Amino acid sequence: MAFTTAMARRLIGRKSVIGARSMSSWWRNVEPAPKDPILGVTEAFLADPSPDKVNVGVGAYRDDNGKPVVLECVREAERRIAGKLNMEYLPMGGSVKMVEETLKLAYGENSEFIKDKRIAAVQSLSGTGACRLFADFQKRFSPDSQIYIPVPTWANHHNIWRDAQVPQRTYHYYHPESRGLNFAALMDDIKNAPNGSFILLHACAHNPTGVDPSEEEWREISHLFKVKNHFAFFDMAYQGFASGDPERDAKSIRIFLEDGHHIGIAQSYAKNMGLYGQRVGCLSVLCENEKQAVAVKSQLQQLARPMYSNPPVHGAFIVSTILGDPDLKKLWLKEVKVMADRIISMRASLRENLEKLGSPLSWKHITKQIGMFCYSGMTPEQVDRLTKEYHIYMTRNGRISMAGITTGNVGYLANAIHEVTKSA
Amino acid sequence: MASDRRIGVLARHLGVEMDFESHTATAISASPTSGFQGNSVFSHVVRAPEDPILGVTVAYNKDPSPVKLNLGVGAYRTDEGKPLVLNVVRKAEQQLVNDRSRVKEYLPITGLADFNKLSAKLIFGADSPAIQENRVTTVQCLSGTGSLRVGAEFLARHYHQRTIYIPQPTWGNHPKVFTLAGLSVKTYRYYDPATRGLNFQGLLEDLGSAPSGAIVLLHACAHNPTGVDPTPQQWENIRQLIRSKGLLPFFDSAYQGFASGSLDSDAQPVRMFVADGGELLVAQSYAKNMGLYGERVGALSIVCRNADVAGRVESQLKLVIRPMYSNPPIHGASIVAVILKDRNLYNEWTIELKAMADRIISMRRQLFDALRARGTPGDWSHIIKQIGMFTFTGLNSEQVAFMTKEYHIYMTSDGRISMAGLSSKTVPHLADAIHAAVTRAA
Repeated sequence: MAFTTAMARRLIGRKSVIGARSMSSWWRNVEPAPKDPILGVTEAFLADPSPDKVNVGVGAYRDDNGKPVVLECVREAERRIAGKLNMEYLPMGGSVKMVEETLKLAYGENSEFIKDKRIAAVQSLSGTGACRLFADFQKRFSPDSQIYIPVPTWANHHNIWRDAQVPQRTYHYYHPESRGLNFAALMDDIKNAPNGSFILLHACAHNPTGVDPSEEEWREISHLFKVKNHFAFFDMAYQGFASGDPERDAKSIRIFLEDGHHIGIAQSYAKNMGLYGQRVGCLSVLCENEKQAVAVKSQLQQLARPMYSNPPVHGAFIVSTILGDPDLKKLWLKEVKVMADRIISMRASLRENLEKLGSPLSWKHITKQIGMFCYSGMTPEQVDRLTKEYHIYMTRNGRISMAGITTGNVGYLANAIHEVTKSA
Repeated sequence: MASDRRIGVLARHLGVEMDFESHTATAISASPTSGFQGNSVFSHVVRAPEDPILGVTVAYNKDPSPVKLNLGVGAYRTDEGKPLVLNVVRKAEQQLVNDRSRVKEYLPITGLADFNKLSAKLIFGADSPAIQENRVTTVQCLSGTGSLRVGAEFLARHYHQRTIYIPQPTWGNHPKVFTLAGLSVKTYRYYDPATRGLNFQGLLEDLGSAPSGAIVLLHACAHNPTGVDPTPQQWENIRQLIRSKGLLPFFDSAYQGFASGSLDSDAQPVRMFVADGGELLVAQSYAKNMGLYGERVGALSIVCRNADVAGRVESQLKLVIRPMYSNPPIHGASIVAVILKDRNLYNEWTIELKAMADRIISMRRQLFDALRARGTPGDWSHIIKQIGMFTFTGLNSEQVAFMTKEYHIYMTSDGRISMAGLSSKTVPHLADAIHAAVTRAA
């Protein structure tokens, strides 16, 4: 029986006799949560009225005018999609076509693993969603395992595995003195971890440091993983963004695959296709055989169903439209290279500017590091000064998002960094 | 070949490892689970059963029969049996595509602000005192499922009672959502198979004996799967009971506008609870009423005592969302915001929504008439009494299996059929199937 508004009004009018039980809230003990360290930076930036403000906080690409970019290949894909497709539910595992194309990027166009159907893969809510699904899966099927996370790492990695209730440990990664990789300590920690540990690796363009192992170092890491029988989980959020060449950026993964590891991968299209807000990604787990891949995929779906039922369709359609069309795919590859090249040139420019200013410190690491971020080496206090005195916004760990640097602001930024660090 | 390569790698490694051995006690052994044998750490994982609801579509897709009928998942179909994208949605989409200034940046963790405000107005009413007093926090989530999950996770962390009472029966995914969020699930009587209506006494008894503070899941309208809703008077009794026992209401609103055809009427149960000044949660979905299924658009609102509490609650919701998916998808919410914001589009939407609801009501009528015409034994009046997208036929799982096998009718084994999947053309086929199932055996 339908509820008429008039009826409801009559009933509500009588309600005051029995109102809600008490005057206090169920939530009076709820503490205000701390602001997210990364996303909170943009909030603060937006609130700043200064005309000189610079946002080198969140890792979202900007063009040389400091504007967000929608790739042409994306606009074209959207034009083709608009008005044509229905919005029916995707399967729990997402768009099959999108997942197929995505696996090719990570595992290789002609990967035997794809041919042999050995990869359990589902569309995920960008990189975050892929990591979370894997963490939940790890908790359910390897309940005694822990996750080893590099120091430092993207802050949200800790939140993800914590919420999945998987205990965490860390391993050495960044070497503050050289602003490079602490390879010896990394290998030591990997060796000392109990056999069969789960270890998180950044496939390329490490966030936040920009420091990646060399190819030779990756090979040694892979060998050690084999000896220790560790499980490698790759977070690949920047394929294409690091060197400009997606194939090259997947090198670490390919090395592990060659060496016979059964890896897991979280892939994201947030940065390399500029699809940030669409939340498009993929979680894959390489299995022994097709039967196992089917089983693992079905279990991943069981975790997705009570979280969001099935993933969003729009972004997936954009990806499969682009990657499924040779011309659009070519255009995409070109546009990714343009983005990566601009970042590489900003690195060179920032370093040059700092050196020209006569900075007493070494800034070599700016051009040695790779990808969207530069770990400047600045202290939280220096960062605070940058924000207070120069309206420059970045995370307090000294991470600079290179994508936020333009020919227009690189001089201002270099000058400000010089001012706060020259007496260091 | 591959094994040769692996042996080579092993040999090289043993060479390197000699140095390590002198420093550490770590012995190298090719353990039974060593990667060299190609074993996976997940080799013990067994294949999960198909989802009972979504699995129906999987089975349907496999069936080659030309007369097959999918009455499983609750997705609206036109009288031609086709999925429907609303005109207003197409218009909104076009607007978005043509706007070159639009970008694809991350939304805030809580989602699109406009969308959140408009969604709150939609369910609570534009003049709702709770909104005016800033006591409501609304966050964009992934459709109804996502809103339920985020709300449940929040409760599991911050609420003193971890038991949620869900109606018997309820949407198949509810128990899993709440359990995985960390709540423990109990049931309250709801459906009465004898009358095919509401077991009101049972409901009152069960909620009456719930511990103080327990969470209660309520279907705002168009109960899924039964289509049986409380009357306005019954809702008032339920409200009084819940408030007097200090139970916490959590509404699942997946069919606003779909039940009666009126958005405001369908929201009355929720508004009643807000009007008494108490707190509550509500999960909204735009999957059905705006046909945005796959875009995953929804919102979770928590009505709090005051603005300060609402602010703190919102900050904690962010901590649930960030490690789950960081921020919600932009496309679907943008479409909704365009429509809700624009007077003309909004009115057009209400008309299209009413048309969908009316078509379903007419399918109910046609099915009821068809069964009567066939003299199918039993009382089938519940088909026209029940409300919303689904009919709980009362058929048992054997009868359902029979209908699938012999008539290629796909539905969930609890006897639930999606009326939205029926058309004037296919009603006779369904009526034949039901008739056959009922007359062959119990």
